[in-house]
Amino acid sequence: MRYVLRRLVLFVITLWVALTINFFIPRLMPGNPAEAMMARFRGRVNPAALKALEAAFGINTQKPLLQQYIEYLGNTFTGNFGSSLTFFPQPVSQVLATALPWTIGLVGVTTVVAFLVGTLIGLVAGWRRGGVLDSVLPPVFVITGALPFFWVGLLLVLLFSVTMNVLPNAGAYDVTLAPDFSADFIGSVLSHAILPAVTILIISVGGWILTMRNNVVTILADDYIRMARAKGLSNRRIMYGYAARNAVLPNLAGFAMSLGFVVSGAILVEYTFNYPGVGYMLLQAVNNQDYPLMQAMFVMITITVLVAILICDFLTVMLDPRARTEG
Amino acid sequence: MVSITAGSMKPPALKARRRRGGGALAVWNAVRRSGKALLGAALLLVFLVAAVFPQLFTSVAHPAERAYDLSLPPGPGHPLGTTAFGQDIWAELVWGTRETLIVAVATGLAATVLSVLIGVAAAYLGGVADEALSLLTDVFLVIPAFPLIIVIAAYANGGNLAVIIAVLVVTGWSYGARQLRAQALSLRRRDFLESARVRGENWIYIVVFEMLPTMISLIAANFLGTALYAVLTAAGLQFVGLGSPNSVSWGTMLHWAQSAEALQTGQAWWIIAPGLCIALLGAAFALLNYAFDEISNPALRRVRRPRKAS
Repeated sequence: MRYVLRRLVLFVITLWVALTINFFIPRLMPGNPAEAMMARFRGRVNPAALKALEAAFGINTQKPLLQQYIEYLGNTFTGNFGSSLTFFPQPVSQVLATALPWTIGLVGVTTVVAFLVGTLIGLVAGWRRGGVLDSVLPPVFVITGALPFFWVGLLLVLLFSVTMNVLPNAGAYDVTLAPDFSADFIGSVLSHAILPAVTILIISVGGWILTMRNNVVTILADDYIRMARAKGLSNRRIMYGYAARNAVLPNLAGFAMSLGFVVSGAILVEYTFNYPGVGYMLLQAVNNQDYPLMQAMFVMITITVLVAILICDFLTVMLDPRARTEG
Repeated sequence: MVSITAGSMKPPALKARRRRGGGALAVWNAVRRSGKALLGAALLLVFLVAAVFPQLFTSVAHPAERAYDLSLPPGPGHPLGTTAFGQDIWAELVWGTRETLIVAVATGLAATVLSVLIGVAAAYLGGVADEALSLLTDVFLVIPAFPLIIVIAAYANGGNLAVIIAVLVVTGWSYGARQLRAQALSLRRRDFLESARVRGENWIYIVVFEMLPTMISLIAANFLGTALYAVLTAAGLQFVGLGSPNSVSWGTMLHWAQSAEALQTGQAWWIIAPGLCIALLGAAFALLNYAFDEISNPALRRVRRPRKAS
């Protein structure tokens, strides 16, 4: 229980730190970038929206900083991020809503697949220590872990769309098709997702394999494995019922660590493939100096990551008695 | 009491020096014996030479200058061809090593110093200070770093080298601090530290000469891990256009190559070469890191044992 409480406290504090950084960076930067942005958009958006923006970035306002800060926190928690400038007059929350499903579909599915495949391969590699899999895979994945995500994506584009011309290299679906549930459209969505998904998979699966393999190797030296052998249990039973079950739990906790890695990779992969998810939107917002959208994207990504970590923590506590007792 | 302390100053100091030397020697021996580490060290050495003496590899002195015909294929004079802007790709590649290595080493060093300070201080001080420092570490561990870096770089209006290094350090120290704290905690009650305390050594001496030498392989692994993180993240940042657009570095090359649609216009080398260099440098750090992991965790060392009959 104490562990859960600690993690909850960490969640709240981290969120607060992230929001605070988000609030102060534009105000502290030299040359006031927000003001430059406003100048660019003057005359293109209506005056009421500009007023709201001025308030959001603390320009031409008599309000003390503290009051601005409290209003900002209030707005953030009610989901009121103001209007996007690029997609004016769409509110930022609406832009977010169009981007989010693409990211969750792409990154969510690939992460789960990477976890399952990586854990299984790692289990086998650790179990057959010194075997073919164990001697070949770790060095290979040490190397793939050092590859830049986006470059792997570019190589796949070179191979499959430029040279072989079998897969599309940009976008989330064929824009000539109407978005509905027809077979054509779904097929188009899937074929557009293959290259980005494979890119994320190639890079992230290695981490799972290595940690799982190392966990298994450490656990195989434990007494209860020896005990299980002494009892004459079948190898299968020891492998899945004893080694795997105990090794996968720290792996679950490691998920929290890897999430930041996956998110940064996903942003780059979405950029590389012009995939209209949250990461692509974030960079679009940066390029257009659309600061409201950019801030909202940052808050969005942060909250998503933190919630995912929290879920992981709760799962770990539910499944692993060791985490409950360590406090 | 005073005289005893003063009299016993000398032997422990000598002993500590020996232990420190032993640590460095053990690291060197382990590097020499591991094929992975040797390969990593060799790769790193090549890049180091290229970073310090780029003139050894290319005769071009100003790689950013648009001095040649546009989009030449690889051929005599231009081993990898030229860019769509008329720069020699090979020369850019060689000269780009410097900036990439500076980012990697500077970030690695600064972040490692920070994680040693915070991690060891947390473990050594204990109590409320430990709680506070650990909380700080955990907060920075779970904040998604890359979006944060993007936001900061965006407001800084295209980061110059110092900005990039600063944000990489701020976002890169926490993982190491947590590991070092754990290691330092496990050392706290060891006999050799107790005896140093009983001898009356001050805490600075104990931390610097007694604790740190035993943690040297973890600290080295930490440096390498952070350097790898810095190389990849800086390249990503430059690739999406948040680096300085005029810098000569591999990430910036990739940015311009992608902007000029190098893949679609048959200039694959412009994309392949810088990415390959990032990958090789990253691999050098990763291989060395892997070797250090094996030193600090003997359970991971390769064993050749006969297969058990199943």
